[in-house]
Formats: sequence, structure tokens, C-alpha cells
Amino acid sequence: MRAVRAEWTKFRTVRGWVLALAAAALVIVLLGLSSASGSLASCGAGPVESACPAVPVGPGGEAVEDKFFFVHRALAGDGGITARLTSMTGEIRKPDVTPGVRNVVAGLVPWAKAGVMVKESTKQGSAYAAVLVTGAHGTRMQHDFTHDVAGRPGGVSRDAPRWLRLTRSGDTLIGYESADGTNWAEVGTARLTGLPATVEIGLFAASPGDLTVTQGDLGGSVSASRFTEATAVFDQVALSGETSGGWRDDDIGATKAPDGSAHHPGRAGRSGGTFSVTGVGDIAPSIEGQTVERTLTGVLTGLIVVIVVAVMFITAEYRNGLIRTTLLAVPGRGRMLVAKAVTIAGVTFAAGLAATWITLTFGTRILRANGNQILPVSQLTEVRVVVGMAALLAVAAVLALALGALLRRAVGAVIATVLLLVVPHVLATTSVLPDAAARWLLSVTPAAGFAIQQSIPEYAHVLGHYAPLAGFYPLAPWAGFAVLCGYAALALGLAVVQLRRRDA
Amino acid sequence: MRTTDPMQATIEVSGLRKRFGPTLALDGMSFTVRPGQVTGFVGPNGAGKSTTMRVILGLDAADEGHALVGGRPYTSLRTPLRHIGALLDAAALQPSRSARDHLRWLAHSQKLAVRRVDEVIEQVGLTSVARRRTGGFSLGMRQRLGIAAALLGDPPVLMLDEPVNGLDPEGIVWIRGLLRSLAGEGRAVLISSHLMSELEDAADRLVVVGRGRVIADTGVAELIAAAAGGRVTLRTTAPERARAALAHASAAVTVTGPDTLVVAGLPAERVVALLTAGGVAFAEVAAHRVTLEQAYLELTRDAAEFRGTA
Repeated sequence: MRAVRAEWTKFRTVRGWVLALAAAALVIVLLGLSSASGSLASCGAGPVESACPAVPVGPGGEAVEDKFFFVHRALAGDGGITARLTSMTGEIRKPDVTPGVRNVVAGLVPWAKAGVMVKESTKQGSAYAAVLVTGAHGTRMQHDFTHDVAGRPGGVSRDAPRWLRLTRSGDTLIGYESADGTNWAEVGTARLTGLPATVEIGLFAASPGDLTVTQGDLGGSVSASRFTEATAVFDQVALSGETSGGWRDDDIGATKAPDGSAHHPGRAGRSGGTFSVTGVGDIAPSIEGQTVERTLTGVLTGLIVVIVVAVMFITAEYRNGLIRTTLLAVPGRGRMLVAKAVTIAGVTFAAGLAATWITLTFGTRILRANGNQILPVSQLTEVRVVVGMAALLAVAAVLALALGALLRRAVGAVIATVLLLVVPHVLATTSVLPDAAARWLLSVTPAAGFAIQQSIPEYAHVLGHYAPLAGFYPLAPWAGFAVLCGYAALALGLAVVQLRRRDA
Repeated sequence: MRTTDPMQATIEVSGLRKRFGPTLALDGMSFTVRPGQVTGFVGPNGAGKSTTMRVILGLDAADEGHALVGGRPYTSLRTPLRHIGALLDAAALQPSRSARDHLRWLAHSQKLAVRRVDEVIEQVGLTSVARRRTGGFSLGMRQRLGIAAALLGDPPVLMLDEPVNGLDPEGIVWIRGLLRSLAGEGRAVLISSHLMSELEDAADRLVVVGRGRVIADTGVAELIAAAAGGRVTLRTTAPERARAALAHASAAVTVTGPDTLVVAGLPAERVVALLTAGGVAFAEVAAHRVTLEQAYLELTRDAAEFRGTA
């Protein structure tokens, strides 16, 4: 503790270091806020520019896509629905071969989905549970956008239909599937707390856009999503419980053209006991849009300044010989270096936290005021991003200090730290490297630590371009951060060993 | 006045050996620095003085032997600056930090009150520049700051490497007085120098080293007496006759100048008696005096690592 206090006194009595650290914090704030101010968004409805419509939000608070065709009735109290899915077909628009001529092929995208659903209301983002069959991922039970449980694999055909059943009992919804309508297997259970007494129950179909990721000219990748639709045919539809009214068709969340008509509308048909439902869109968490961490792009620049200060904090002592005075005062070499690490980490964390908190709080406000849609995240996630990025700066400072102690040269240590931490991140997040190489870099180098800022998770049941370029890291936030911490600890350990072995 | 525990006020160096590649820097270095005395640590450049000091301070590890400060190895001391104050390299400062701030972090590291900082600044006469950046300090000012740092913990042992370096004549007088008074308070003081003349008035004892080991460990007065070797200097206008007169008494006579002789093997009274009996006129008969410098050169003649050929 005495050693830390001494190191803290050392740090704050060199005005250059204090000013540099303040400058690092200022750079983070200014770059974040200025890029937020420069980002304006508006949505065009034909020639008229208007504010973008609000993105629906799911029960968990996340932004969602909630767009599908729903054939439904009202169900009061407990009850259920059973239906046999006999066919699932669809079409996918591919890049035009002849310019101006639509190139449409038959087929289903992997996460095209159709099945039975219980939904709180027809309002986008309302709670739901569904048992469904997908284009390529078999039967699933999904609820409230982010939850997904796998059932049996395989698709459906006239010869191999799939029976689906969903029952409601209070807040509990249970999904079943069957090959023959006699032997039923439970797929999953969902608890939808606060589900109202009367819900909508029925059949649905949806088909997310066809995602294509192509190699970019400069080595990065370009992703594009194209129109698809899915058509499901149901028969043997049976409802239990107290249903009221007739079947109603709703194109939930359909995009409206300026004249009020739906763009790419879904549709439904009925003949006798057979229902045909065609849907466009997806029922899933949204992964497209601005993320809160986008405001923190200045951290990378601030980081370089932090690295320089942290390296100087030790190499300056080697250059002017003060290291020997330091070791006279604190003869325990490990203790001395740890005290330095604690000090530089502490001051960097404090400065970084102030910077990241101000930037994220005001940056997102400015973005929203400018009409940008920001993918909402929980308070806890926001705290993790703000504190995590400050912690990243602090741990990076420790890594830089340790490399400074190992190399004893300022220039070499700064270059080494930047090569380990900054360069991999820049390479991986600018369209320079193929996705696989970018993922590898962000898994094995200290730059993995940047994962701490990812606010929107990867969803296994949503096909997306989960590349570093799009802000998705290969490792989970804390796992990535642990990689960085591992490097810092290793470097510090080596520095202590070397310091103990060598004469000062 | 401060009372120092004599047990605390010692440095014991015993059997230090250290090799840097092919060079044997320390070759069985052993000596003790006692309380209440200023011990001069002297030897030619490369004799192992600085290495010994670094080993005492735990900066360098010896291959063999041990060094204790107040009976304990330096690295085992929790607040080492309260046990021994050391000045190794006065230039080792962060230039943008002020003198006061430099002492302040040292004080924090030893859990010393900041009041102590202002006391030692005053003691070394740096009060007027205490808040100035040390980058602008002269060598003499840095030396004073280094001494302030050594005094900070009010330690029973002080060890200063070439403390006179860069000081002006006034500063030299000041530091001699300071070292005297520190020893007078019962502290053990070790100062190194490669110039014996610097130690002549400052040290009570001398540890003379060469080629990594102690050549002499003695009091200053004894060393001079030993170097004089009981010889007598004789000044006369008739050196040949004097020589003849003394040769009868089987004394060894060396002519050292046109009218000076050095006589060995006879006390001064016998020389006077013989000359008087022989009727040889003489101007002066005196016990031969050597300077500390000469005594030292005699001792280190074989031990000097680097000797000029010119």
C-alpha cells in the first residue's frame, strides 16, 4: 500500500503524464460525441422525409423484428391449438442475372418458419410462444424473440407432415410435435408471465431475408439481404378452449408503401379445413442498427495515448536511472512492479471510466436526437460496456507497463503493445481481412478484450453477418476480456521474473 | 541530540564475490563499517567500490558472501530508508518532477511524514528551489538533493558514493561538517572516493580496496605512519659528508634532492647526534611525512586496474 501511494505520488507529480492521460480521456469523449453529432438519420416515404418509425421492442427490452402473417382467433383463458403442417415452400430472390429482370428461385431460407402461435396481441413486440418448423433447422419452440429450443430435425412434405400443438395453461405454454398426430413429444415449455387472459391463437408463416456475404474487393466482406417468402399449408386445425370470433388475417408489421398498401404483402387462403399462409419477415431479435458501443470508437485512439503514458511510467525510470532509487525504497521487485501496475491501472481506469460514461451517455442521447435508432440494451449491459471499456484501458496500461519493464525501451515497448493490441483490432474491424482471419485475430491476440463492449449478442437462431466488422466478436464479452487479462498477467509475471534475476 | 543504537549502525560485508562475465569484480571483499565513525571507502576506479555498494543495497546479487545493514540483509528491510540512507547517482531524477515531490514519494514509500521532507530540504539548503523541476538543477544541487534523500529516513547508517562530486568548495566544507556531525551522533557513515585527498580531512577510518578486495582496513593516522616507515628527512648543504657520517652507523641513505636525504633505520635523535659528532652542518632533521595520497598510491600500486602509460 505504501508502495502504491509512492507510485501514485510519482505519477501525479509529472505534469506531462497527467496531461497526457487527461488528453486521452478528452479524445475519447470528443471523438465519440462528434461522430454522434455527425450521424443523422431520417426515413424517406417516397419524396417525403420523415422520422423513422420506432423499432418494436420485445418483452425483454431488446429491439425486435416482428413481421409475419398471422391467421388467428381470440382465446379466452386456457386452451390450445393443434395443426398438421403438410407443406412448406417458398421463393428467394437472387441477384439479378439480367439487369431489370427479377431472378426468383424456389426454396426456403434456413430460418423460414411456420407453425402455431399464441401471442399476447397483434401489436408488434408483444409476448408470444410458438411451435414451428423451419427451412433447415427442424422443429423448434420459440418464445419472446430470444428464446429458442430445438425439437426434431427435418422439414415437412406431403409424405412426412408434422403435427404441431401448443397449449396454454395460465402463464405456461407447452409445445408438442408429432409425426402421426397420436404419439406426441414435448418440444419445450415457455413461461410468459403477465400474459393476459385473452390472447390471439393461430397459424403463422414468416421468412427472413436471404443473407449473402461476399468477399469484398479489399479483403473484407459485404453482406446483403434479399426478399424471400414462405408458404405453409396446414390442415386438421383444431382449437380447444373458449375461442371467439372468426379467423382473422393480419399481416403483422407489414411495411407500408407511401400509398398505404403493403410492400411485399403476405397472404392467406382457406378451402375447407386447409389453410395456406404466406409470410414475409421474421420474428426474432433485431441485430441490425446502431449499437451503444458505437459511441466509443474514440477509445482506440485514447488507448494509444494510454499505452505511451504507461510505458513511460517505467521506461523513464530506466532511462534516468531512477529505477535504482525506486528499488532502494521498495526492495521487493515484484512488490515494486505490482505497485506500479496497480497505480497505472487505477488512474487509467478512473480517467477511462469518466470518459466512457460521458461519451456513451451523451453520445447515445445525441444519436437519438438526430433520429438514429439505437438497439436498446439493459442497464446492466450498458454498465458492462462503460465499465468494461474503462477496464480495457486499465488492463492495456498494465500490459504496456509490463512490456516496458521487459524491454526497458520506450519506443520498443510502445510499438510492441500497439502491435499486440491496437493493430489486430484495426485489421479485424476494417474491411482488410477475411472474416475468418479477423475472428482468429480477435480470439488469440490481446485485442480479444474489445469483446467487452459488444452489447448485442449473437443469436444462434438468427442468421446474421456475425463478423468483427459488424461489431460481433468471436469470444463472449468476459471471455475476450479474460484473454486480454491473461496476456497482461503473463507479461507482468515475466517482467517480475526478469527484474528479480537481473541486477538493477 | 539523536541517540543511535550501535547495533543498528553497522554495515558488515563478508566474503563477497561477484563475476561479470570474464571479470572478477569482487574477490572476497570483507569489511565492517562501525558506528560513530566516518569510514572512507577508497580505491582506484574499477576496484569494486560501486559494486560492493550495490550489493549492500540489494541492487546487485553477489555470487558468494553476504552484506548486512544493521545485522540484516537489505532486501529484508520493510522500510529500508529508515535503516540506511544511500546516495548512488545524484543524476538519477525524473527531470520534470520537483525536488520536493521527489522527496515526497520517497517519504510515502517509507511511511514518513511529509514534514520530514521539508526538514531535510532545509538541512541541505535547497529550500528556495524545493518546488523547482530538478531538470534545471546543477550537479551540486542534485548532489544536495541526493543527500537529502539519504537523510530522509533519519537512518543510523549512511552510505554515499562520491558525495563530493560536483560540489563547490563551500559545499565540500559543508558536507565534511555534515558527515562529521552525523558520525558524532553515533551513526555509521561510509563514503567512497577514488581520490584519497578528498577523504584526508573527512574520514576517521579507511577501507582501501583494489581488484575486488580489501588492501587495508585501518585508521587514517596509522596508515600515514605506516607509509612513513620511521624514516627521517635531512636537509644539509653537505650531503656527501652527511652520507659518509651516517653510513658508519649502517643507515640506509637515499638522496632525494640537491640538499635533501632520506635516512632509514635510525631515529631522528641518533641522526642529529651522528651529524654533530661528525661536524656536519645541517638545516633540518625531521620525521619523514607522507601525504595520505602518497600512502594510498603505495598501497594500490599493484592493485590499480587501469593505469595510465603516459
